[in-house]
Amino acid sequence: MTAVASVLVLAQFTERNRTGHSCVEDNGFCPGWIADHWNRYTTPLLQHVELTVIALVAGFAIALGLALVAHRRRWLVGPIVAVTGILYTLPSIAVFFILQPVTGRGRTTALIALTAYTLLILFRNIIAGFDNVPEEAKDAGRGLGLTDRQLLWRVELRLALPEIIAGLRIAATTTVGLATLAFFAGAGGLGGEIFADITFKSNVVVAGGLCVALAIALDVALLGAQRLLVPWQRAVAR
Amino acid sequence: MSQFGDAIDFVFHAREARSGGTEVGGSQLLPLLGKHLELTAASVGIAAAIAIPLALWLGHIGKGQFLATSVSNVGRAVPSLALIAFFVAYLGVGFANVTLALVLLAIPPILTNTYVGVRQVDRELVDAARGMGLSGTQVVRRVELPLALPLIFGGLRTSVVNVIATATIAPLAGVVTLGDPIIAGGVYGEDGRLGAALVVAALAVAAELLFAVLQRAVTPRGIRVTRSAPPRWRRPALAPIRQEPS
Repeated sequence: MTAVASVLVLAQFTERNRTGHSCVEDNGFCPGWIADHWNRYTTPLLQHVELTVIALVAGFAIALGLALVAHRRRWLVGPIVAVTGILYTLPSIAVFFILQPVTGRGRTTALIALTAYTLLILFRNIIAGFDNVPEEAKDAGRGLGLTDRQLLWRVELRLALPEIIAGLRIAATTTVGLATLAFFAGAGGLGGEIFADITFKSNVVVAGGLCVALAIALDVALLGAQRLLVPWQRAVAR
Repeated sequence: MSQFGDAIDFVFHAREARSGGTEVGGSQLLPLLGKHLELTAASVGIAAAIAIPLALWLGHIGKGQFLATSVSNVGRAVPSLALIAFFVAYLGVGFANVTLALVLLAIPPILTNTYVGVRQVDRELVDAARGMGLSGTQVVRRVELPLALPLIFGGLRTSVVNVIATATIAPLAGVVTLGDPIIAGGVYGEDGRLGAALVVAALAVAAELLFAVLQRAVTPRGIRVTRSAPPRWRRPALAPIRQEPS
């Protein structure tokens, strides 16, 4: 995708040099225009970051709670996956509109939808993480006299970290993508900028590029967190 | 709540458009639904025709692990709205261009799932097949493909649901799908907007259920029965998720 983008961008650039017309009139890729209008993207970018981070934190809190409950009562796993799975299937753009008669227009509506989308990914990965904890490690913990609660926090949760962080990485990039449609719920974000001038190449490249850059930045940050938190296992790309 | 009632009424009964003159809603939604399904079928069809053979081949020769995983990671990082906008700005509007954008969106889940589906086939089975004298193509057709089918259909399911969702923003590129009442608003009014959103949501859920049934149907009977259970801690109850909603 980036290779294609840079080739196209390059083609635009050389074309402009040949014709000598105003770049914006020609609808080219215009570094000058971008430099002059850079600050119109700051507020949408911050809104985008805010939507993504709040949805991730709220989603993680809910998913962890659900996973802790379902960890001891395994029969709950099926129903929780089924319900969050249905939420996950609903197209985000439709949900942003369907929620509006109930929760109104604005950031709350967008956050409810974005949080709901993270639940399936996070819940499944947390449970998968618990399942992958070796029985020997738990036995060793019990042998050291740990109670169930201590075992959970000191052994199981820590050994489940690789899967949990893998889930967070997927949820983060996914949420960045879904938040581009949050402007339909009146919550702003970079998608609004893309939508506002969808045929102007410079605008689309900058706003779209910022979305991709944000997704990559969050992914790299979480990968870094994994390396710090899980020193015994070098991060495996999932 | 009456807004939902009005929206459902819009879906089932045609009415005069707010600008007057034309009818909207009810049976007038059928051409939009048709276009939506046509766009979805074309995009996922082309994507499957490209991704399944490629991934079968890569999985068979055991190469391309990096390609199969990075395609899905890159696919997830590029928002669908940005992808469509990029195509509109650089290639212009139209059915062909939107289809191309949606093909790019549909390829990663199919490619990754097919690849994983082939690679997870028990190597001993493949060796046994070779020992029975099957050629490379026969191994693919008679062993690896049937055993990978559940995952291939899982990939198709993700792609279809994604494409149905993303086809909603196709009106931005001049293709009048069910997204038109949602995005254009105007002549359809608020009831039309909410009504179309409900129809798109129902369509996505229907596609998900259809493919869940298909996925079950194509699972070879031999692997439907539970195999002798491995030790509990070696058997993850749930595979970590690798797909994205749309």
